[in-house]
Amino acid sequence: MSSTIGNDGITEVRTAPSEVRPLLELKDLAITFDTANGEVPAVRNAHLTVMPGETVAIVGESGSGKSTTALAAIGLLPGNGRVSGGSILFDGEDITNASEKRIVELRGSSIGMVPQDPMSNLNPVWKIGFQVKETLRANGLPYSPQDVAKVLSEAGLPDAESRANQYPHEFSGGMRQRALIAIGLSCRPRLLIADEPTSALDVTVQRQILDHLDRMTDELGTAVLLITHDLGLAAERAHKVIVMYKGQVVEAGPALELLTNPRHPYTQKLVASAPSIASRRIESAKKLGVATDDLLAPSAEKADAKDKVIEVKDLTKVFKIRGSWGKSTDFTAVDNVSFSIARGTTTAVVGESGSGKSTVARMVLGLETATAGDIRFDGVDITTLGRKELFNFRRRVQPIFQDPYGSLDPMYNIYRTIEEPLRVHGIGNAKSREKKVRELLDQVALPSSMMQRFPNELSGGQRQRVAIARALALDPEVVICDEAVSALDVLVQAQILNLLADLQAELGLSYLFITHDLAVVRQIADHVAVMEKGKLVEQGSTDEVFDSPKTAYTQSLLAAIPGAGLVLPPEAA
Amino acid sequence: MTWYVSRRFLQLIPVFLGATLLVYFLVFSLPGDATAAICGERGCTPAVVTALREQYNLDEPFWIQYLLYLKGVLTFDLGTNFSGRPIAVIIAEVFPTTAKLAVMALIFEAIFGIVFGLIAGLRKGKLFDSTVLVLSLVVIAVPIFVLGFLMQFLIGVKLGWTNPTVSGDATVSELILPAVVLGLVSFAYVLRLTRTSILENVKADYVRTATAKGLSRKRVVVVHILRNSMIPVVTFLGADLGTLMGGAIVTEGIFNVNGVGLTLYRAVLNGDGPTVVSIVTFLILIFCLANLLVDLLYAWLDPRIRYA
Repeated sequence: MSSTIGNDGITEVRTAPSEVRPLLELKDLAITFDTANGEVPAVRNAHLTVMPGETVAIVGESGSGKSTTALAAIGLLPGNGRVSGGSILFDGEDITNASEKRIVELRGSSIGMVPQDPMSNLNPVWKIGFQVKETLRANGLPYSPQDVAKVLSEAGLPDAESRANQYPHEFSGGMRQRALIAIGLSCRPRLLIADEPTSALDVTVQRQILDHLDRMTDELGTAVLLITHDLGLAAERAHKVIVMYKGQVVEAGPALELLTNPRHPYTQKLVASAPSIASRRIESAKKLGVATDDLLAPSAEKADAKDKVIEVKDLTKVFKIRGSWGKSTDFTAVDNVSFSIARGTTTAVVGESGSGKSTVARMVLGLETATAGDIRFDGVDITTLGRKELFNFRRRVQPIFQDPYGSLDPMYNIYRTIEEPLRVHGIGNAKSREKKVRELLDQVALPSSMMQRFPNELSGGQRQRVAIARALALDPEVVICDEAVSALDVLVQAQILNLLADLQAELGLSYLFITHDLAVVRQIADHVAVMEKGKLVEQGSTDEVFDSPKTAYTQSLLAAIPGAGLVLPPEAA
Repeated sequence: MTWYVSRRFLQLIPVFLGATLLVYFLVFSLPGDATAAICGERGCTPAVVTALREQYNLDEPFWIQYLLYLKGVLTFDLGTNFSGRPIAVIIAEVFPTTAKLAVMALIFEAIFGIVFGLIAGLRKGKLFDSTVLVLSLVVIAVPIFVLGFLMQFLIGVKLGWTNPTVSGDATVSELILPAVVLGLVSFAYVLRLTRTSILENVKADYVRTATAKGLSRKRVVVVHILRNSMIPVVTFLGADLGTLMGGAIVTEGIFNVNGVGLTLYRAVLNGDGPTVVSIVTFLILIFCLANLLVDLLYAWLDPRIRYA
């Protein structure tokens, strides 16, 4: 291990006592995991410094080692992981091999953490207040109910005193994340490790929470080590950005400099495909007077010339919510929504979670019955279809779902997965079906050698390609993508979006794209419909909606795109 | 909550009716003449047989017999067994012993199973874990009568730490050895269940967050790992309580405990229908109550579970 240390040319600068000492310093850190297949290096030669009060972001895709690096700093590596080289210095103290007692002392009071997933990081069986209280108590701070309420309200939780008596499952995702931020900052740590603190949240909630976090850490003078996969977000929030790739720091520097002048090929790719920055690219190009057509989705110009393949009119869905004592209340998930999709184009429905956008998708797919209104597919109302007609309809409208891990049967190999719809619909014989599967794999740029593999052997992007191939098996006319790229890393996301655009041009497909990510909409959609709390609040062509949003809600959604606030010099774009 | 509990109690009515009907039918279908069992080897005079048949309604068709039995139960008259003793008195006599034995076995298996399972789970792959896993497998694999006789011989006879058999009083100290034997197999299951559940929870995100908050390891284990791991264990223990209350024919036989199991076993051998039906029904009701208790414990352990 020692032979690899120091070969990246980083010269060590000894800090004189008079200078400001780095709060956290990782020197040539190496982390390995013991697995059944022997030792696997996860992080190599990681080098970073965080000065007091500074915000440093580590950017990288999943598996790049960014979280592992940060967790190592507070001794939270999983059981089979260990620091195998280099050192971790906190405020000048070497804590690489510190005793358990010393680490416990540092945790909470000196180094706080805000974890990634608000759904799984609060213990479901204890009240929120209790979980805040035990943090204060463990770190020797006063822990009366007033103290607990104060900590919670600082993190922007309304009604903190009564909220403290609720359980995590009674909180929304955003509220849980606020509770976790409250816990992370409750003991006034000097360093806060924020591990993808908002990636599970809606953009507008994300913005509120990050703004609040910024304000709090500014006031308290807390240094932040921000872990994120979103380059735009990192550039917007951090003074310094560190890019990690395959366990190594490939580039580090001031945020803007890194964006405008990426040197490492990986960073260049990342900058080029980050959706938040790509959208800016289109806008900046427009300002420079460049023709935007070739920058936009390839089918943009065909937008309104063709007929309507799907027409949704006054669509309403009411759910009955079971209350206590057998009473039920009505909940209107979708309220009088009308829109249409022109053949060969892409219409995006955007909104936050709970806006009813997925319910719309499920109704258009015929998986959910509409309470009122009608959905016309090629002029025929699908709400009136019988069993057999519905079966035929399903052949022409196919879905691609969000989670490429959950939507493929783990017991089916890839061939069987893609062939199944053909078999169910009784198309062709074994031989012609195999030929079709080969063609489909070719279309989604997967080798046909993949047919015998199983989903668990594939990466997220490959699985989503399989899901696309399966959706295309029946030669559908409409494909409904329900958050089809939101679970993927940015680079993979860009590849899949390109693939979808190519397939559209090639096969004349129409897409209904359900997403919460406006940056993605900008890249792929011709038309946008914005939903808020079940209602359609605005719709129009993508350019119209992005350039001159009419409602305050759309404006707030646009403003919330990470990186939207960045001002890039034009030559950088 | 009150509504939920009262509904659960109302559900006991169909369970009670169904169970008695089924058991009564099974006993009714037993081959042979019930009076033969009463009269024994010497036999009775025809007049006595007729009188007996009259007394126990043996000449009536099945439905009438069943309804007459039901009427008795609803007026708190469980009838008499074939030796003429009231069945209610018999149950009152033997049940406390069985209940004492069951609770002791449950305490043994719960405490040792959870503690050993916790330690094994936290030290996965270490010596303690492997040893305990092998031993628990042995306990599960060896039949209970082998373990029972072995422990009776070693501890009761060879070492003389306790009486090898239980006297009519069935004191707590006498019952320790039978309770351990009775709880041994379940102890092994509780241990393994706790270990698995702990292993799952150790990896949970909220455990990592709790550690990051600066809590001591001990507090993380007790407050955040153990409580969350108890849900499947409590299910098992609750169901086991119901089973244990039903008495253990083998264990009670080995240690000569005058409990429900042994009494039921004798009644079956004698073809003593009324006793069998009454005891089995009684046990079914106890089983249902034990399960209700488990469901209420759930809501206490996991606040996400709400009953309405």
